[in-house]
Amino acid sequence: MPIDIDIAHVARLARLRLSEEDLEAYGRQCRDLLEHVARIQALDTEGVAPTSHPFPMTNRFREDLVTPDSVLDRGEVLAQAPSTEREFFRVPPALEDD
Amino acid sequence: MAPFTVMGAARALRGGAVTSVQLAEQVLKRASMVEAQVHAYLTLDSDGLLQAAAEADEALASGGGRGPLHGIPIALKDNMATRGMETTAGSKILAGYHPPYDATAVVRLRRAGALVTGKTNLDEFAMGSSTENSAFGPTRNPWNTDRVPGGSSGGSAAAVAAGTAFGALGSDTGGSIRQPASLCGLVGAKPTYGAVSRYGLIAFASSLDQIGPLTHTVEDAAVLLDAVNGPDPLDATSYPGDLPRSDGRLGRGLEGMRVGVVSDLGGLEAVEPDVDASFRKMVAAMEREGARIVDASLPAAPHALSAYYLIAPAECSANLARFDGVRYGLRVDGATTEEMMSRSRAEGFGPEVVRRVLMGTFALSAGYHEAFYGQAQKVRTLIRRDFARAYEGCDVLVSPTSPTTAFPLGDRTEDPMSMYVSDVFTIPSNLAGHPAVSVPIGLDRRELPIGFQVMAPALGEPVMFQAAEAVEALAGFDTRAPYDPGFGLRGGVR
Repeated sequence: MPIDIDIAHVARLARLRLSEEDLEAYGRQCRDLLEHVARIQALDTEGVAPTSHPFPMTNRFREDLVTPDSVLDRGEVLAQAPSTEREFFRVPPALEDD
Repeated sequence: MAPFTVMGAARALRGGAVTSVQLAEQVLKRASMVEAQVHAYLTLDSDGLLQAAAEADEALASGGGRGPLHGIPIALKDNMATRGMETTAGSKILAGYHPPYDATAVVRLRRAGALVTGKTNLDEFAMGSSTENSAFGPTRNPWNTDRVPGGSSGGSAAAVAAGTAFGALGSDTGGSIRQPASLCGLVGAKPTYGAVSRYGLIAFASSLDQIGPLTHTVEDAAVLLDAVNGPDPLDATSYPGDLPRSDGRLGRGLEGMRVGVVSDLGGLEAVEPDVDASFRKMVAAMEREGARIVDASLPAAPHALSAYYLIAPAECSANLARFDGVRYGLRVDGATTEEMMSRSRAEGFGPEVVRRVLMGTFALSAGYHEAFYGQAQKVRTLIRRDFARAYEGCDVLVSPTSPTTAFPLGDRTEDPMSMYVSDVFTIPSNLAGHPAVSVPIGLDRRELPIGFQVMAPALGEPVMFQAAEAVEALAGFDTRAPYDPGFGLRGGVR
């Protein structure tokens, strides 16, 4: 089954800034792989429920307790960030100027 | 003779034949001899290991240290968070990352008394079957350094095979513990999904990922697994109930056990003749030992590989969204947040990761979700049904672990599909969430190890290890062969 994949659009969705050359190569590889795996579309799955998880699980709730295991040290966390300001992560402008 | 297994080292330590410092020194001496060739480790924490070993000896001398792994050096795959110790997942995007917390499996391993040797190499974010996708260079197979150790837990396998750790933890999403165990002549077990907490395991495909042991013996694997498994409030997908003891049925042999040989696991045409012959010989030997050999069928299994290569990339594309240059890891600057993120990710991810993120993003995108991801999840249901039907007639299922023995470096890097088929026998258990273990049973004509896979239903670890231990005894395979104390790697100087 031929796969129509707009690789530049997919790369944008995935937040990957790739060169034209890379886009072309990845697009070809993804198309080949997807055409291979798309064979499962021929299987009859009428009335078959999807498995999203190996075991039937429902949400499990626990008390939202503050324990030493569940709280990270803020200084240790911020020390890993490429850029911080006071107790915040610093990023370039999120909104472009009009 | 120096101990080489986890239990051997534990007995020697308790009996006073060795100290933990001596075990640590043994590991570090071997590492100094073989690491330049093997490159199993991304971080070898010599100082931390020696200090922890000295503390373990002190504890033992003062009557403490009752943990089953007390004083034993164990290696960790570098996709498990270790507080203050660099954790990269084999990716440039995480180079220099020092997690502010420990993975639950690491906490439990230490609580059982184990000492962490360091962090082992892997395919970037555990995506691959040869450890060649590491951003920090490949690991080589201690049995033959021209060949890959398998992957993605290739560093963990190579470290144990070369004697630079007594055992190791790896992770298995589609075969990433069992296939490298097979290629490196070791035991490697993927437990039931949820048996071991995934908290602190850098996520690849959340519905498939599972931590498990790589060891010299089946007993070691069971002990290591029981040290780290169990429910965890920090992982909502960890199995909430009591788990049976993994070593609960060891030593019971094969008498009366119903062993299913799967005729249609998929890709059987690609099985190397030596692997096939070795596998059949073992099945015959099991029958002589009292096992009842039955034919088993998993009709949907030939589609498992395709379903996997839709589900795993889809989940990976979502999981890897967190690597965006904001909170940790590599940042490449840009005029806007989006530009910074897109540049950081393109620069930080290697080709296989980019490929899978793109595949997964596409498979989940509007208009294609149902045809690709949705259909793959339905195939997953068909595979689970097949397993359920097969286990009505047998206690365990068996197959070769990998269609081939260790392949040369560079052999499959150009063609992704040729690499993907390495996992054709291991993937079905991940899709079903079932446990499976690889046991070494012999060598092929090139003197490369061959692995035998034992699969069991969910929570069937006791019967799985029972069968695996019997296979181990029948094979009489010497897992120490690659390492010669006088010369370092035996076949490895190339």
